[in-house]
Amino acid sequence: MTDATANAAPAAGRRTSKSIIETDANTRKRNAAEARFRYYGMAAIGVGLFFLCALTFSILRSGLPAFTETAVTVDFTLSQEQFDEAEGQVLKTAAYEGFFVRELQAELNEEGASDVEVSEAAVGRIMGKVGSQIREFYRANPDRLGEEVSFTLPASSRVDRYLNGNLSREQLTNSRFLEPDDLDIVDGLVESGVMVNAFDWGFITGTDSGVDNPGGAGLGASIMGSFFMMLVVLVLALPIGVAASIYLEEFAPQNKFTDLIEINISNLAAVPSIVFGILGLAVFIQFAHLPQSAPLVGGLVLTLMTLPTIIISTRASLKSVPPSIRAAALGVGASKMQSVFHHVLPLAMPGILTGTIIGLAQALGETAPLLLIGMVGYVARQHPDGLASGLLDPNSAMPAQIYTWAARSDPAFYEKAWGGIIILLVFLLFMNAIAIILRRRFERRW
Amino acid sequence: MTTSLLVLIVLALGVGGYIVGRARALRGVGGDQRKLHSLPSYYGTNVAMKAIVPALLVMLVWLLAQPLVVESSVRGDLQEESVRQDRSVSLMMSDVRRLANGLDVAVESGMMTRERAANMRTEFTDVRERLGEAGVALGSAVTSPVLRAAQKYRALSETGDLLRTGIVLALAVAGLGWGIRNSTPEYRARNVVETGVRILLILASCIAILTTVGIVLSLVFNTIEFFRIYPASDFFFSTTWSPSFGGGSELGILPLLWGTLYISLIALIVAVPVGLFTAIYLSEYASKRVRSVAKPAIEILAGIPTIVYGLFALLTIGPLLLSVFGDSTVGWMDAGTAVMTAGIAMGIMLIPFVSSLSDDIINAVPQAMRDGSYGLGATQSETIKQVILPAALPGIVGAVLLAASRAIGETMIVVLGAGAAARLSLNPFEAMTTVTAKIVSQLTGDSDFGSPEALVAFALGMTLFVVTLGLNVLALYIVRKYREQYE
Repeated sequence: MTDATANAAPAAGRRTSKSIIETDANTRKRNAAEARFRYYGMAAIGVGLFFLCALTFSILRSGLPAFTETAVTVDFTLSQEQFDEAEGQVLKTAAYEGFFVRELQAELNEEGASDVEVSEAAVGRIMGKVGSQIREFYRANPDRLGEEVSFTLPASSRVDRYLNGNLSREQLTNSRFLEPDDLDIVDGLVESGVMVNAFDWGFITGTDSGVDNPGGAGLGASIMGSFFMMLVVLVLALPIGVAASIYLEEFAPQNKFTDLIEINISNLAAVPSIVFGILGLAVFIQFAHLPQSAPLVGGLVLTLMTLPTIIISTRASLKSVPPSIRAAALGVGASKMQSVFHHVLPLAMPGILTGTIIGLAQALGETAPLLLIGMVGYVARQHPDGLASGLLDPNSAMPAQIYTWAARSDPAFYEKAWGGIIILLVFLLFMNAIAIILRRRFERRW
Repeated sequence: MTTSLLVLIVLALGVGGYIVGRARALRGVGGDQRKLHSLPSYYGTNVAMKAIVPALLVMLVWLLAQPLVVESSVRGDLQEESVRQDRSVSLMMSDVRRLANGLDVAVESGMMTRERAANMRTEFTDVRERLGEAGVALGSAVTSPVLRAAQKYRALSETGDLLRTGIVLALAVAGLGWGIRNSTPEYRARNVVETGVRILLILASCIAILTTVGIVLSLVFNTIEFFRIYPASDFFFSTTWSPSFGGGSELGILPLLWGTLYISLIALIVAVPVGLFTAIYLSEYASKRVRSVAKPAIEILAGIPTIVYGLFALLTIGPLLLSVFGDSTVGWMDAGTAVMTAGIAMGIMLIPFVSSLSDDIINAVPQAMRDGSYGLGATQSETIKQVILPAALPGIVGAVLLAASRAIGETMIVVLGAGAAARLSLNPFEAMTTVTAKIVSQLTGDSDFGSPEALVAFALGMTLFVVTLGLNVLALYIVRKYREQYE
């Protein structure tokens, strides 16, 4: 109370009330400012959370349709004679298309939708080259001739987007790809249950398809590319990072050389990732002539990039092991090296692994350096077979594949890019969850 | 012999050495471990280390050096020819390499015998056609000097490979023998092994230095090369950026720097207030429960890869801005890609970066300063504004500088969101481009690395490296200086 009077005394003249129960104008102003300031803080957090929600929402809304595809399932029987007849014709795939359309019409009649009439031309527009797919199947499996085979063939990406509601009827009929009647047929097919929207495993396991076939594009090959890159990063960055941290934390004397290493590590942690891409291009591709677009090169570049992260977190967890452990080990006659490798390192291991996983997650999402070593623009059409081909054959990687899709002019690929992001984020979430569980379960407080 | 087989053999020798060395040491004392100087496993490790480490190190160095030696020798032969044909040696070298690879493939697939590949002459055989049959496509017709150079290239590489295999195996066996001879009871195996491990640890920590040296060298050499064919003053002071691969490009960095700074500025305008207020609220006002939810939620934004922000800018923010500022309303914006689009996305990315750094700094302000201010009758917001923020200011400036360096070096968001046109303009709704985006566009594609249009990317990279390094050093200096005041 005395405080209040003493404080207020110099401001004489502006005072209207001496009561401490009644708030004066100045206090009201200060309280209002206080409340305002608080609201600014809440608003800032609100903005941050709003951005997070907007990001999540737009990823999910645009990405989820990539996981389903619209497909037509037709039970199909082809006799040996029909096969021979079709192979004898000049336009072989057209013959198969004819068979397919006949079977499709029969299926429609069976389902009670005989008013929907399909023609070869319409099927060609709605579903693309069905004939060649059927022909390939029978040429590969001639023993299935004469049996009933169930074909599930995807519709074109435009039909897919029409049924998802991403393209309106007007937009489609004005384009040169579909005619107005085609959409009636599509509606009829959907109503009769012949055309259904099903989960598309091909998107997760398949390979990239090239510029003109967004429907068939899958992420599988580039997931393998990312996997091999992460393998390289793990095999190189973990041992080198741990070794470097052990030296710096446990053995390094205080001198200029140690300072030089430490300055280098902290600066490397802040170098833009694109610069590592330039390094990879100049050293690994121009100088050492390693193959372009190879996951091995990507892995090496990402290793150099993640090393500082791993070293910094490993040093922190080595530092958190109390000195009494070292002293006790030395006290019972262990050498310095033995005390570190037999006692300190095992105790620091959970922290080291957590740091490594977080470093790997960071490397998994990194795109910029991969652009420079040629992982973009390469169409990953093949799955690698085996370790050597996985490391050395050109491949894409998940983020690079997403970028490739986003850079293609056909907007149907945008959906694939968002879908790819969902898969990428699921991997990152999974890795971070493991890191958190490791930390919760094994972290010791001394 | 392939490299992987060689590595496997050396490793197998090492494992064998471990077993033999351990057994020999134990035999020397009749199985009584206590009479050995070190534990038996150290004797084994000693042998394995001596067999494996020198051999593999020599192999690594050899693998890196051999292409250089072979290349410079072949290059010397091509010098004369290049003057005659008026083509650059590096272009001819890439032909030679391609041809040599093609011959390898042809020999491997059995299309050609080894002797034939080595003695073929362009005068008698159409090499291109022959290789085409083996499934190797060559760009241009093969001239005689190129073929001869390729054959020399192959011969030298083959000799090199043979020598390498021999020397590596010899080293491994010699190390093995030396280690096994040493495995006597009085040998101080533990000390030797520990010294060896120590050297390996030091080598591992030198990788950081090597990386920096690699970055600096690859930037410096190519930048010098660039300035040799393109004047440095034009690069730094010209205001036009119009590369054309046909020649006669104007490569001025100013429009790119302007785009970079403009986008970074918008990103900071978004990120700094939001991040700073978030940090203030979380550290000064929020209850423990709110903090434990909001802080990790905001930090999720930091874990999202930049490609996601890039796509978000391109496909969500861009169209949204276009519908607000586009032709249908005020007509300030022509396309979804613009400075604003990239700036906002980058700002979102930087929010957690600014907020968690500022949070640490605000928490580091001693409680005594707050208590002193409250004791004088200040409200909480007055304390923050007049005591905490001034005390934390150097640290916050450091955090903002670090964020700026992040923004300048960011690539994916600007590649996808900012557009490709280089211009000097004040309108934030126009497409502009940045240093990083141009590095990507100049180095992707099939351009020749010797042309100024490709080499300029290294000069851009050098500029980027110097600017971000400078900002980081400055920021760390400020932060460190501030910390010294309280601790």
